[in-house]
Amino acid sequence: MSTTIDARGLSCPQPVLMTMDEIKKGKESEIIVMVDSEASKENVSRAATSQGCGVGNISQDGDEYRITIVRN
Amino acid sequence: MVKNFFAGRWGIIGVGAFIGIAAALLQKLGNPGNMGICVACFERDIAGALGFHRAGVVQYIRPEIIGFVAGSLIAALSFKEFRPRCGSAPVVRFILGIIAMIGALVFLGCPWRAALRLAGGDGNAVLGLLGLATGIWIGVQFLKNGYTLGRTQESPRAAGFMLPLFMLGLLVLMLIYPGGEGQAKSGVLFYSLKGPGAMHAPLLVSLGVALVIGFLAQRSRFCTMGALRDLILFGQVHLLSGFISLVVFAFLANLLLGQFHPGFTGQPVAHTLHLWNFAGMVVAGLAFALAGGCPGRQLFLAGEGDGDAAVFVFGMITGAAIAHNFGLASSPKGVGPHGIAAVVVGLAVCLIIGFTMRKKA
Repeated sequence: MSTTIDARGLSCPQPVLMTMDEIKKGKESEIIVMVDSEASKENVSRAATSQGCGVGNISQDGDEYRITIVRN
Repeated sequence: MVKNFFAGRWGIIGVGAFIGIAAALLQKLGNPGNMGICVACFERDIAGALGFHRAGVVQYIRPEIIGFVAGSLIAALSFKEFRPRCGSAPVVRFILGIIAMIGALVFLGCPWRAALRLAGGDGNAVLGLLGLATGIWIGVQFLKNGYTLGRTQESPRAAGFMLPLFMLGLLVLMLIYPGGEGQAKSGVLFYSLKGPGAMHAPLLVSLGVALVIGFLAQRSRFCTMGALRDLILFGQVHLLSGFISLVVFAFLANLLLGQFHPGFTGQPVAHTLHLWNFAGMVVAGLAFALAGGCPGRQLFLAGEGDGDAAVFVFGMITGAAIAHNFGLASSPKGVGPHGIAAVVVGLAVCLIIGFTMRKKA
């Protein structure tokens, strides 16, 4: 199962907080996080890695990124 | 995709080291004691130079602030990260900017200067840093409970250039009306004849160093508030490693330059009222946390097109004017006549903002 978090337009730490909440819920095997800044992309990826998750595909569409986080 | 080296561990540590060394050198070249760089103090000096307040000892258009914004703008444009955006509760950010500046001026320094004061041997900085951490801790509690200023919106490109253009305007004014020997006013600008405002490194050196710092800080997302916030909120030490690096390298540079003087009394541009050093920074730290960045980070964000960060910067400049006009700012003699009242009111306003700004269920 996968879930999507829309963190576009939000500044850090909120995208990270939302991602961490979802990771901690532990329900979904795949979390897709949508952000719209390079800094948020880095922060969300760093947070996911620190939680022992894998960062899979990051696709870019204009200024927007879709980060796929996979639970290991 | 080219990996952003500066966003990695060694990148942020390197940037912190560069800022620490650069600050020590700027002090050697003329900037005030333990104030090689201070974003709050320098914005306050700009407010003074424009005549928004008339505290004669702190009036100078600090080229460092101009350079920070310009350096970040150049980095953002070069790496396609210039993204004009605004609309995340700007009026709240303006108020937070005012309060942040008032709190910082009760302590006498922003987080950067707190670190530099520590690196110069000023023991009072410990109280300020403890206050900063406490304020950020309070802010983190709000964040955990759903505090948010809402989403930004993409805006027309011109919006992102407002603060950079304002900074360019300041530079132009400075070139048209340069300070002269013994001249307290040149055209529309005020220049301090004594005190910290009269102490400054050569214009081009300040500007050049600040451009590099602005560039590096934009790439690395260097933030002193974020350093403590991420530690408290997530147990992450990424940004913290940059902040610690700043202190360590500024300390080493100060040792080499003969600028390390340990003690509590007689420190440059500092007072020894522990409670108010602490409380001032609690208020400032909370305001930074609620606004999402330390004063430096707000300048860098504004440089990459964030109009809300620009509003925060204007809030800080306004706050400096209020702080000096109303006798809220401290001086080496102690807190201002109404400084304590300002701390209480500032804290109350931040708490109200923290409790009320939250996402709709």
